[in-house]
Amino acid sequence: MRSHQTARNLPPVGGTGEAMVVAHGLRKSYGEFEAVKGVDVEVRKGEAFGFLGPNGAGKSSTMRMIAAVSPVTAGSLQILGMDPATAGSAIRARLGVCPQEDTLDNELSVFENLVVYGRYFGMSRAAATSQADELLAFVQLTEKAKSKVEDLSGGMKRRLTIARSLINTPDLLLLDEPTTGLDPQARHQLWDRLFRLKQQGVTLVLTTHYMDEAEQLCDRLVVMDKGVIVAQGSPAQLIAAHSTREVTELRFGVGDNDLVADKVSDLADRVEVLPDRVLLYTDDGEAAAVAVHERGLRPLSSLVRRATLEDVFLRLTGRTLVD
Amino acid sequence: MAALTSGGAPRLAPRLTDYWVTVLKRTWRGSVITSFLMPFLYLTAMGVGLGSFVDDRAGAQALGGVTYLAFIAPGLLATTAMQTGVFESTYPVMGGFKWHRSYFAMAASPLTPADIVAAQLAFTAFRTAITCGVFLGVIAGFGALSSWWGGLLAIVVAVLLGLAYAAPITGLASRMKNESGFSLIFRLGLLPMFLFSGAFFPITQLPIVAQWLAYLTPIWHGVELSRMLTLGQLDWWPALGHLAYLAAWVVAGWLYAVKGFERRLAQ
Repeated sequence: MRSHQTARNLPPVGGTGEAMVVAHGLRKSYGEFEAVKGVDVEVRKGEAFGFLGPNGAGKSSTMRMIAAVSPVTAGSLQILGMDPATAGSAIRARLGVCPQEDTLDNELSVFENLVVYGRYFGMSRAAATSQADELLAFVQLTEKAKSKVEDLSGGMKRRLTIARSLINTPDLLLLDEPTTGLDPQARHQLWDRLFRLKQQGVTLVLTTHYMDEAEQLCDRLVVMDKGVIVAQGSPAQLIAAHSTREVTELRFGVGDNDLVADKVSDLADRVEVLPDRVLLYTDDGEAAAVAVHERGLRPLSSLVRRATLEDVFLRLTGRTLVD
Repeated sequence: MAALTSGGAPRLAPRLTDYWVTVLKRTWRGSVITSFLMPFLYLTAMGVGLGSFVDDRAGAQALGGVTYLAFIAPGLLATTAMQTGVFESTYPVMGGFKWHRSYFAMAASPLTPADIVAAQLAFTAFRTAITCGVFLGVIAGFGALSSWWGGLLAIVVAVLLGLAYAAPITGLASRMKNESGFSLIFRLGLLPMFLFSGAFFPITQLPIVAQWLAYLTPIWHGVELSRMLTLGQLDWWPALGHLAYLAAWVVAGWLYAVKGFERRLAQ
């Protein structure tokens, strides 16, 4: 796990480079509804920074303020050292934005989509054309250059959207749920491209509700819930702070899980009973599994695994479904 | 409103030229035939066919001594400008927000809402100029155009009239959640304005209340202006009044549309 190794060496505030995004007490309201309720974040140059949270946590609202399209309701926000209220256009000139819903032009060809978009940034036709060629190669769509967008698969459209967001060689790339709705192959291909960008020094800010995505890509992340930040740090730091190192999953069969819980509660830092299994949060999962057997309990199956961000996430934001 | 408004003037709108050229490339074929065929059919049926009845009877006198063909040709020209303006700002604008969402893609770039509205309206103006230019060619072919300069000015008036509709309706469309309101605009707005704008008969034939309603609509002013120009009977002060009235609609509509785009794109 690459992110774990690098993350451990990072100071809690992330890199020491130039501040790309600085928010203090950031708020966003839509009429009566308060989507973001006072968020503080700082993203530094070269970082990959993630907003993690369930639906309705306020991630996208925050992203749209950082993208300098949605006005800040209260608090302060600086993007690339500028105030979006007065320098929106200048900020957007240096951003790349990959929105949650594709906004590609379906009736234009893949290539035209890129060139036309480059023109919005004031690029000459020649510059936009050569940049489009390079980007199509980068996202492996060169062969599709002449195809209509409507003929592309979901994964290809996402890659094209990412290529489009890079047309102006942005200093800061914003990705709102970049892989939602993609199949595993397409997701991995996309992660690969994003990782390369990060290696090239592009600062990434992304939202996701996929834990594996956050672990793969983010140096540092914040977990948002109901409009506030409930935890922050590197993936490893978050696991260390909000979960144990390992988790032992025991399945006793439906109905029996409840009964067993009391008998094993002292074997772990925390025990969680779900309808289909019992989770023991402990730093030594194997030892816990052995201890369970020593007490004469015979689970139908037991599994020891490392704690993941998903455990942290569920702990912090609950298992209740959010609409 | 903050984030998206950085300076009110649409400085960067020319950057949208390539986008609109690609839109034009994929739509011009369909419009080129209709823009020629429609005036030809209308002028033949109404100008020549219906006109032969009108001109034989008391009609010629009521129309001030011109043929019915020469009377309705500028009227039809103006209603075409109106229809082009309305059409280009209903479904296409809704699509930019709702279906293909291209306005949101534009708004993520340095472009401002004012830039986006300006380019949208410039495209509508271009479309109107082309459609009405073809229309005037057909009018000239029927021998109902008194001078070439009158024809050129009539195109300018047609563009202004098209924008007097396009600007406020673009603003309206940017505030609508779905397209069901458009049929209301077409049936309760566009159709009565088409029929009772003075294009087919002088509005003095209408009850006084209807006449005053007609004075309020941009189309009546557009019809009057076009008629002066194609007939070569320019009346300076009324003409300036009509121009000012149309310009006022364009300016008010522009402000309304930019505000609407700012709100919708910031959501």
